[in-house]
Amino acid sequence: MDLIMKDILGTPAILVGLFALLGLLLQKKSSADILSGTLKTIMGFVILGGGANIIIGSLNVFGKMFEKAFSIQGVIPNNEAIVAIAQTTFGTETALIMVFGMLVNILLARLTPFKYIFLTGHHTLFMASLISAVFATGGLKGVPLVIIGSLILGSLMVLSPAILQPFVRKITGSDDIAVGHFGSIGYFTAAVVGSSLGNKAYSTEDIKVPKSLSFLRDTSVAVSLTMTILFVIVAGLAGPAYIQSELSGGTNFLVFSLMQAITFAAGVYIILAGVRLLIAEIVPAFKGIADKFVKNAKPALDVPTVFPFAPNAVIVGFLSSFVAGVLSMFILPVFGLKIIVPGLVPHFFTGATAGVFGNATGGRRGAILGAFANGILISFLPAFLLPVLGSLGFEGTTFGDSDFGIIGILLGYLIKLF
Amino acid sequence: MKKVLVVCGNGLGSSFMMEIMVKNVLAEMGISAEIAHTDLTTGKSEKADIYIGAADIVANLEDGKRTVIGLRNILDKSELKTKLQKYF
Repeated sequence: MDLIMKDILGTPAILVGLFALLGLLLQKKSSADILSGTLKTIMGFVILGGGANIIIGSLNVFGKMFEKAFSIQGVIPNNEAIVAIAQTTFGTETALIMVFGMLVNILLARLTPFKYIFLTGHHTLFMASLISAVFATGGLKGVPLVIIGSLILGSLMVLSPAILQPFVRKITGSDDIAVGHFGSIGYFTAAVVGSSLGNKAYSTEDIKVPKSLSFLRDTSVAVSLTMTILFVIVAGLAGPAYIQSELSGGTNFLVFSLMQAITFAAGVYIILAGVRLLIAEIVPAFKGIADKFVKNAKPALDVPTVFPFAPNAVIVGFLSSFVAGVLSMFILPVFGLKIIVPGLVPHFFTGATAGVFGNATGGRRGAILGAFANGILISFLPAFLLPVLGSLGFEGTTFGDSDFGIIGILLGYLIKLF
Repeated sequence: MKKVLVVCGNGLGSSFMMEIMVKNVLAEMGISAEIAHTDLTTGKSEKADIYIGAADIVANLEDGKRTVIGLRNILDKSELKTKLQKYF
């Protein structure tokens, strides 16, 4: 029992591998294809984890430089860290809610007009973890916890793609794919802000990126450059003396910063390679399952899926969201809230996506203002979420993306009513 | 068997969608080929017989020796078919 609950279902890589296996079996693929597909899916998850570790290492250094430069201590939203803490206490509940939540997702897709299958596995795991932690602390345990938790998770897995779909249709020009990501409140807000404040006529994609700058379309190069600029600025403010004595072990602070920036970009490259392996097997696997059980189902995929539709908005959105994060950092203490250090990863992924959504409804201005609104949300929501999580002993870190904030706050106060 | 590599900036979204489209088009033409998708950085070092991608992106792969197909509209099946027919 422990083997199935903890070791097999508690390991997301294996869970996702099983999902791919089932899909490949249903498609009646050859045994060679089934074996290699399942193994590559699991390997994709392992590669993802390896890339994440590299990024976390580089971000830790950035965080220390940041605290020194602005002499503040803040809470760093990090989904992986908080899920790791929650797993030690609520691991089994989380795994069960995740599996049954996926079943509820397929059932709802079959029975309701919301034909979405949520394929962003790590976000499913994070949300299951949030739900089990908040509910268990509120006194809900055992079978009722798993049943209610799975129903909530499964519902979110179809509702979050559903609220985004009108905009995804605008972005992709088709109705074949959906976005499955628990930053959806932020993207929805960005799209609404874009449509009310922006002007669709001036798209970010009409901005002529000079031909000599076309190398920036190469993600690895663009990330390296962006991070180098950020690292060098923050390193300058933190001062060479501090960096060379505390962080770099004597290496020149500029050389150290450059290497940390490129290390970060290398981590992103590795994560993308892992995601590529995952998506390449899971999308066909999804088809295998969906074709059998759900007619006209749409795969809800991770946000980088929409990046290629508006690459300029990706850059604009990231920068705008990050600026909002930095400004919020100074505003939060005014309201007596804990400082949320703007994380580059959440601001990059959700900010870029908010930029794409904002551009789709409101062009350049939409991309800038929409992503800015997202940046405010992912700074303030984690701060408001902290009291709910703080009683759980989760202080010091919190969930990053907007939906975790909204859902966590709602569930936390809801459970107090009973 | 020819190897076709579909490329985009990230190697995740549009290249994967194009790969599915390339597979369909080649199947319609009755041609079997090895098809994969990847990002621009990897595309530069990976060997393939044909590289496909959005016109502005694959221009970065052009080195005079490679066969590069640049698409004006990455979701346009007929443009892809016309351009593929030249090489099969």
